[in-house]
Amino acid sequence: MATLNSNIPAGPLASKWEKHKFSSKLINPANKRKYKVIVVGAGLAGASASATLAELGYEVHNFVFHDSPRRAHSVAAQGGINAAKNYQNDGDSVHRLFYDTIKGGDYRARESNVHRLAEVSVNIIDQCAAQGVPFAREYGGLLDNRSFGGAQVSRTFYARGQTGQQLLLGAYSALNKMIGAGAVKSHTHSEMLDLVVVDGHAKGIIVRNLQTGEIARHSADAVVLATGGYGNVYNLSTYARGSNVTASWRAYKRGATFANPCYTQIHPTCIPVSGDYQSKLTLMSESLRNDGRIWVPKRKEDCGKNPADIAEGDRDYYLERMYSAFGNLAPRDVASRAAKYVCDEGRGVGETGLGVYLDFAESIKRLGESKVRERYGNLFSMYHEITNEDAYKTPMRIYPAVHYTMGGLWVDYNLMSNIPGLFVLGEANFSDHGANRLGASALMQGLSDGYFVLPATISTYLATVKAGQRPATDKAEFKEAEDNVSGFIKRVTSGNGKRSPDSFLKELGKVMWDHCGMARTADGLQKGIQLIGSLREEYRTNLKVLGDIDGWNQSIEKAGRVADFIELGELMCRDALMREESCGGHFREEYQYTAADPEVQQGIVNAGDVKRRDDQFAFVAAWEYAGAADKAPILNKEDLKYEEVKMSTRSYK
Amino acid sequence: MKVTLKVWRQKNATSAGEFKTYSSPELNENMSFLEMLDVINEDLAIKGEEPIAFDHDCREGICGTCSLVIDGKPHGPHKGVATCQTYMRSFKNGDEIVIEPWRAKAFPIIKDLVCDRKAFDRIQHAGGFISVRTGAAPDANSIPVPKEDADLAMDAAQCIGCGACVAACKNASAMLFVAAKVSHLGLMPQGQPERYKRVKAMVDQMDAEGFGSCTITGSCEAVCPKEISLDFIARMNRDYAVALFKGEPKKTAGGGAG
Repeated sequence: MATLNSNIPAGPLASKWEKHKFSSKLINPANKRKYKVIVVGAGLAGASASATLAELGYEVHNFVFHDSPRRAHSVAAQGGINAAKNYQNDGDSVHRLFYDTIKGGDYRARESNVHRLAEVSVNIIDQCAAQGVPFAREYGGLLDNRSFGGAQVSRTFYARGQTGQQLLLGAYSALNKMIGAGAVKSHTHSEMLDLVVVDGHAKGIIVRNLQTGEIARHSADAVVLATGGYGNVYNLSTYARGSNVTASWRAYKRGATFANPCYTQIHPTCIPVSGDYQSKLTLMSESLRNDGRIWVPKRKEDCGKNPADIAEGDRDYYLERMYSAFGNLAPRDVASRAAKYVCDEGRGVGETGLGVYLDFAESIKRLGESKVRERYGNLFSMYHEITNEDAYKTPMRIYPAVHYTMGGLWVDYNLMSNIPGLFVLGEANFSDHGANRLGASALMQGLSDGYFVLPATISTYLATVKAGQRPATDKAEFKEAEDNVSGFIKRVTSGNGKRSPDSFLKELGKVMWDHCGMARTADGLQKGIQLIGSLREEYRTNLKVLGDIDGWNQSIEKAGRVADFIELGELMCRDALMREESCGGHFREEYQYTAADPEVQQGIVNAGDVKRRDDQFAFVAAWEYAGAADKAPILNKEDLKYEEVKMSTRSYK
Repeated sequence: MKVTLKVWRQKNATSAGEFKTYSSPELNENMSFLEMLDVINEDLAIKGEEPIAFDHDCREGICGTCSLVIDGKPHGPHKGVATCQTYMRSFKNGDEIVIEPWRAKAFPIIKDLVCDRKAFDRIQHAGGFISVRTGAAPDANSIPVPKEDADLAMDAAQCIGCGACVAACKNASAMLFVAAKVSHLGLMPQGQPERYKRVKAMVDQMDAEGFGSCTITGSCEAVCPKEISLDFIARMNRDYAVALFKGEPKKTAGGGAG
């Protein structure tokens, strides 16, 4: 069994972080430069951490598989970033942001981490504004805000529909400054393929240069993974095609525990699937739900009609009906499930019947088309490019799609995994969003971890390591890890199979969506595990990877990533099967409220809403690798102890 | 629909390349251009031929990874649209489509349709930032920014760093890219202290990377997927001229009391 010590500081919730920072060990400036830190990834978390650690004086090496540290998928976040600034004077506070996030996560996040996130949120906005991020402004020159799901205040800062891009370019600019100053060494086109653990501590990585095919060893005093989420296990998702689980998965196979892998976010507003050739689903920002109204026809017979011909009285604005307090701004898991229900009833629209309308007619009437264009113009044109439809004239059609993963490598309060010296930031860790993430909170968490949390906590570990004592790369552990990587590449390129890595991912994605998607059952999950088992076996024997080992070869890159996705998919199903409750995005059909429940009769929740079982499942499930892919992983538990908030039934009515 | 592709294939930076012709299987007009290439590649893989290497990632027009000169035009037929958001409905059944990589001295080809754009990063390392240490920022609302300035800065900041401007330019000039960066930061009040130092450093690095000179033909603006305006080049030239007049900052004596 792994040792999981969350290292949550003692004392009242609101003062834990301040107290912890004060009691953390410091390293004097002259010694900092003797410590080398590897950061893998340069999205919001990786770029901000690299830049900040370098400012503090550490020797930082940053690795990305992209050609440039500006391309990570943080760049695609559209809507905004939350912060408890209360610039709108609408009753926001650190405590309210904390509470909304805990409740939004369906009481499955770690309380202390979430409070820290809310505290730090205000610093993030200051930092980004100072970097020149062109946030939206009011005419007086002050910052503008909008609303996002799961909140009744306007606390979301934004830069048109490109907030993630602008925040990433901000973090990238901070990184550029430090690369230019020689304080960060940037390794681009460099994919991490293994973690090197020496005497139980993370001390380096093995990297493949995608341009030359060269495999290299890098040692360090600490390794930081900021490598994003794993939603591409479903093949079709809003993730970038290159997003993958490989760095996290290789760390898992070296002993890092993987927490809550089944917690997946299915985003309610994406452009529906149109054909089996499709490679990617496109998100339409949640911010659209500020001004768009979601509906389907009341009667099945109307579904094929032109929406303009369906009278107001024949429309079912189902979110407004079911969740009147939050309406169209119900949280993502709730809104997605509601869309699934109305489509399952046969009231979905569009060719496949898997779609609902997102209608702007009323806002255009109220605000004028030019105001709507100013707020969402780029999203409307993106919708037009993909569907060839004009959403100013006819409602958008949307459907839920995989968008984010709340699960990830287990970390303690210092963001360190159970392998000492291995830190995990951003979407790659598990700690802040519980079983459902609220909109505009991913950007907040990535930057919080990178700019403010890790730079303050990493010294606690480094102070225990003697400066200048990191192992040389000729140590046996480095050789073993390198052989592991080159052995895999030799094996897959010399195979005599027939199928491409892409075709396997497509098949895996379908199994995952059908059996571990928006609604899960024990039978379905068992079936999923069985199907993935045979897929894993076929992958071993029937994979074909073309091209040379030396030099650019995208098939080799995919071969490794798909192998990891297959193993991860199985773990996700196992986790979902073990968790015999419903919470947030994890919906087990066996555990839902019905008309017979008092909570439904009292109007707190609707029939069909998720039903938690706090008495048995108020824990983080941290899975430990058992040494082989076909051996059942070991379950470790971290109990979730809430000091401030009472776990209660989540109501948005 | 079906199309014929003439695709640039090149093993690596040092070997010679050539066009190869491929006929597509049956396609759907709602496929994106890159999904069409996925289908071609899957077809090649089944036949045992090495797939065509091309760069792509987000497939929603924001990461700037995709490239491709399609029928002579970077990012293909539509104004303000990147390759990844170009759909097959823009082509006709039976069309022959020519696909090439970005071609510029400063963007050497890595393989097939993939080129190396790290020169853009090096320009940014030279000055594409506002120096503010983490934790040293004042309250965000303590520096009001006129909405017009913030909006104009945002117009420039939208640049996705794809390099289409360079690929379209007969001189392979990077002026639109650098102008977008310089203008974004130079328009914000936060960017004023380093404004002239920044433009000088970035333009010098741009020259050192081997990008050509600008003769203001406007081809860059015409192909930019974010429709970044040529006006920013004028703005950068103004700042650059001021930077030259200002000259190098005077060296101050080092040291201090204590």
